[in-house]
Amino acid sequence: MCLGIPGEVIEFLPDQPDLARVDVSGVKRVINVALLADDPPEPGEWVLIHVGFALSKIDESEAAAALEFLEEIGQAYADELAALQESRIE
Amino acid sequence: MRFVDEFRDADKAHALAAKIAALCVPGRQYKLMEVCGGHTHTIYKHGLEDYLPESITLVHGPGCPVCVIPMGRVDDAIHLASQPDVIMTSFGDMMRVPGSQESFFDARAAGTDIRMVYSPLDSLKIARQNPGKRVVFVAIGFETTTPSTAMTVLRAAAEGLGNFSVFCNHVTIIPAIKAILDSPDLRLDGFIGPGHVSTVIGCRPYEFIAREYGKPVVVAGFEPLDILQSIYMLMVQLSEGRTEVENQYTRVVPWDGNLAALRAINQVMELRPYFEWRGLGFISHSAMRMRPDYASFDAELLFQVPGVRVADPKACQCGEVLKGVLKPWECKVFGTACTPETPIGTCMVSPEGACAAYYNYGRMNRHRVVEVSIS
Repeated sequence: MCLGIPGEVIEFLPDQPDLARVDVSGVKRVINVALLADDPPEPGEWVLIHVGFALSKIDESEAAAALEFLEEIGQAYADELAALQESRIE
Repeated sequence: MRFVDEFRDADKAHALAAKIAALCVPGRQYKLMEVCGGHTHTIYKHGLEDYLPESITLVHGPGCPVCVIPMGRVDDAIHLASQPDVIMTSFGDMMRVPGSQESFFDARAAGTDIRMVYSPLDSLKIARQNPGKRVVFVAIGFETTTPSTAMTVLRAAAEGLGNFSVFCNHVTIIPAIKAILDSPDLRLDGFIGPGHVSTVIGCRPYEFIAREYGKPVVVAGFEPLDILQSIYMLMVQLSEGRTEVENQYTRVVPWDGNLAALRAINQVMELRPYFEWRGLGFISHSAMRMRPDYASFDAELLFQVPGVRVADPKACQCGEVLKGVLKPWECKVFGTACTPETPIGTCMVSPEGACAAYYNYGRMNRHRVVEVSIS
């Protein structure tokens, strides 16, 4: 829950500007990007995601470092990814 | 040492360690608190204490939201879940936290409908799909997750969703830090500030620590080098007699935080007069509840919540661990009666809890650190 996981924005959902499809370690899921309304990300940009919400934009190298950190954590990240996989935000 | 083997830039780490050591005044002891459980995890995982001179002690703080939930709130949540037609939703992290009688997992096995969700927004979907049921989301977390709950309530309000509510346990980090600063048990020299919480609240809320308590604060990232760099920045401040708030994690944390997130929190929630923290007791203005405008989403108003205060088990010393007064292994039940598989206290439940982190990674350092703490 506390883990911030990096995801790459793929596209915004048509008719739902608050929602974007992102790629997190190969898992493609919908997240909410309304908290970045003051400076919205573009497709191809990376965001740090907490419980289904993008909280900050990050650059690609930060995303890579964050992923490496998460992969070292092991089980907690595996649980978070599994939970994300179950998620159906709409 | 694990750190040398695993870390990709050990040279930099050694160089930082040498610079840190050079700043230590002989004969002086330094106690630095890392507030955030994520930092605790990195420190144990990479054995960062082995890189520091023995005069620097890292003290683990209260920044694990699962760990600070008192038993009574777990009991209250299970009481809510057992009401007619209720579906309770919760982050997975809460499922194994012991209440006075049982955990969420136990309650679910006994027949209550408790479902794990990744996001509070997933609870909305469950509510839409089950119009005849009342869906209660158990909201926990510091300011990192509070905006998500607030945005979810705003969404539910916009949809006119009448069968969704929140059992709000969101806590705020600043009053907890202040409680620790005011506690006579512990004298700290500086703080490694939390990374993700600061993404939301920014760096300004820590300024009182520097100004009124005369302690430096450095907001830090989660890589081992981030933490060593932050310790170095704290030591530079201490050696120069400065006390300021500095931001080591500028690549993620804006100085002013995330204003959209703060607006969302402020629209939906307000501070409670007080809230009970495990180990720290009641702290004024330290947690959030729904504003009256959003009372129809407040599970504590929609349902009767017992609100019974339950004392922690006698053997459990989570309170001392959360305040940084005890190291995890100094707790009487650490690693014997209390393990990640059968936790007695919350610090052993969450992977970010100091006890679980130490149990999983720290044993090889135990003897050395014990010697340091005695000397």
